[in-house]
Amino acid sequence: MTQLSGWGRTPVVEASERLSEDMLDVCREAVLTRGLGRSYGDASLPCRPGSTVASSRLADRVLSFDTTDGVLRAEAGFRLTSLDALVRPLGWASPVCPGTSWVTLGGMVASDVHGKNHHVAGTFGEHVRALRLLVADGRVLDVGPADEPELFAATLGGMGLTGHILEVEVQLARTASAWIHIEEQPVANLDALIASLRAASRTWPYTVAWVDALARGASMGRGVVMQGRWAEPHEAPAHQPPSLREFRMPVDLPGWVLGRFSVKAFNEVFYHSHRLRPRRGIVHPMAFFYPLDACLDWNRMYGSRGLIQYQCVLPVADDTSVVRRFFETLTRIGGASFLTIVKDCGPEGRGLLSFPRSGVSVALDLPMRGAATQALVDALNELVIEAGGRIYLAKDALTRPEHFRAMEPRLEAFNAVRRAWDPDASLRSALSVRLLGDEA
Amino acid sequence: MKVAFLGATRGMGRSLARLMADRGDALCLLGRDAEALALSAKDLEIRGSSGSVASVLCDLADEASIVPAIEQADAALDGFDTVVVTAGAFATQEVLEQDAVLRARLLAVNFANTIQLCEAVRVRLLERGGGTLCVFSSVAGERGRKPVGLYGATKSGLSHYLESLDHCHRAAGLVTVTVKPGFVKTSMTEGLDPPPFAGEPHDVARRVLRAIDRGWPVVYCPAIWSCIMLVIRWLPRAIMRRIEF
Repeated sequence: MTQLSGWGRTPVVEASERLSEDMLDVCREAVLTRGLGRSYGDASLPCRPGSTVASSRLADRVLSFDTTDGVLRAEAGFRLTSLDALVRPLGWASPVCPGTSWVTLGGMVASDVHGKNHHVAGTFGEHVRALRLLVADGRVLDVGPADEPELFAATLGGMGLTGHILEVEVQLARTASAWIHIEEQPVANLDALIASLRAASRTWPYTVAWVDALARGASMGRGVVMQGRWAEPHEAPAHQPPSLREFRMPVDLPGWVLGRFSVKAFNEVFYHSHRLRPRRGIVHPMAFFYPLDACLDWNRMYGSRGLIQYQCVLPVADDTSVVRRFFETLTRIGGASFLTIVKDCGPEGRGLLSFPRSGVSVALDLPMRGAATQALVDALNELVIEAGGRIYLAKDALTRPEHFRAMEPRLEAFNAVRRAWDPDASLRSALSVRLLGDEA
Repeated sequence: MKVAFLGATRGMGRSLARLMADRGDALCLLGRDAEALALSAKDLEIRGSSGSVASVLCDLADEASIVPAIEQADAALDGFDTVVVTAGAFATQEVLEQDAVLRARLLAVNFANTIQLCEAVRVRLLERGGGTLCVFSSVAGERGRKPVGLYGATKSGLSHYLESLDHCHRAAGLVTVTVKPGFVKTSMTEGLDPPPFAGEPHDVARRVLRAIDRGWPVVYCPAIWSCIMLVIRWLPRAIMRRIEF
């Protein structure tokens, strides 16, 4: 038995985690398969204390890689960090890079992750050509857009509830070089932020914005829009990007370190330093896609009570008042989000429970403060429901089931596929117990 | 390097073989499961091993399979200069005390047959003027300890043999590297509670590769275990008898 938790370190479940190089050895007796446990809340946790989850992280062999057409097939535990290192020198990249490379291919499928290029490339699932699944009745199936398409669609973003993902085949993306050209634009308020993000997305493949979530009044929503593209060969250094130094957070910081005052101070410094000297030029791809990966265990900065990440997408067209109300609600209730990221999303993908849809996505990092944090999440969720948006299950720990049902009209379609393949709900997680009504 | 590798399909061996493939070493995999060997060989080829990765069936539990397998690996690599053995058997003391068949198997795999393999390698490497033999023993072989008595005995015997091999033949060019891992989080130790200072396979592999390149006779992994074992080696018997370590 070990103490298992997601990246947010709350909630914690005492359970047994089985590891093997051969996933079939351990999946059959497990209620769920997890990868590196990088989802924030309870998505990778078993349904009740004492139950068994399988870990895919030792099943990480590359099965095939066609360097001409960029099709890679690997076992589900293959890590994005390893994928990047393997394919980058050959002029390929993952079609979608989420905010950390500490994820497995299986986890990327189960959460149907998106990245800074969502407005042009969609989610990871759009690039998946085939999956091998162990389904509840014990069969091993190859599924894809043409084979068992409903099961395939339910598995993209299905949080591992439709079957144990054993293998993933993905179409990689061509790159002009191994380096990124970045340009930053400081923006003074929310309207400028959304407009600038939209404008950037018309011409740039990678866009994202950092927001000072504590700024109020006229400067509410001030931040830095970051746009990037793969550098052209003549701009890029001739050598491959070196491996970066990583450092470890040796201890849990006390909970008060990331309080309102320190977050405010950090935001002031970050905003003004980037306003005065916006970055422009060639950067390391790892520093561009995964800036937080430089610090392993950065979640320990939030202390032993852990952190909550809250991410929602608001279907915003030209009227950005709902985003304004979102930030007003956040500051009124007093959520001091250390890292606030805004991204404009493209159209919804084919995953039945896949998170992104057209609109503006906002992600917040909040220290866990018990009932106060629950109240904040409730209030934000009510606003999201009213706006017709939805939340990201890979981040969620606190959403109430009635709120989730209200924001997810696609749930019935997902449940129908799940019932067809797993009538007894033998695959289930703490998340499915909390939100989908599974029995623990 | 041209490396014959027994145990590259799992655990620390898998991590070490990948580091070797990453830098373009030629590899030949030995093991008892043809399918696992084929998958690992393909994985290592994609990760950059120079040329195709051959695989040869070899089961440490079957003494007769050992010498022919070494011959085949030698031929496949056109003469290896390095041999790595990470394979071995593990079971808890409780299980080994109850199951005589499993016990006999573990004693043969970890001690007698591993040494038979090393002897076959010794002869070949000395014939061609030397090379490196890197074998995974364990910190469990340092003292007679309650929780790992039988397993530890096999590793103690193996370490003893490897040390003498290194003393005898280093001058003639045969470098023996004895690896003594402490607790490492692999599928072998799955289900056991990791103690403080438990290591990750990838970190162990990096350290072992450095040891092979530099010819260190003994390497503890993670490094902190060299300090822990220094203390353990000097603990009086009266204390060892009382603690559960």
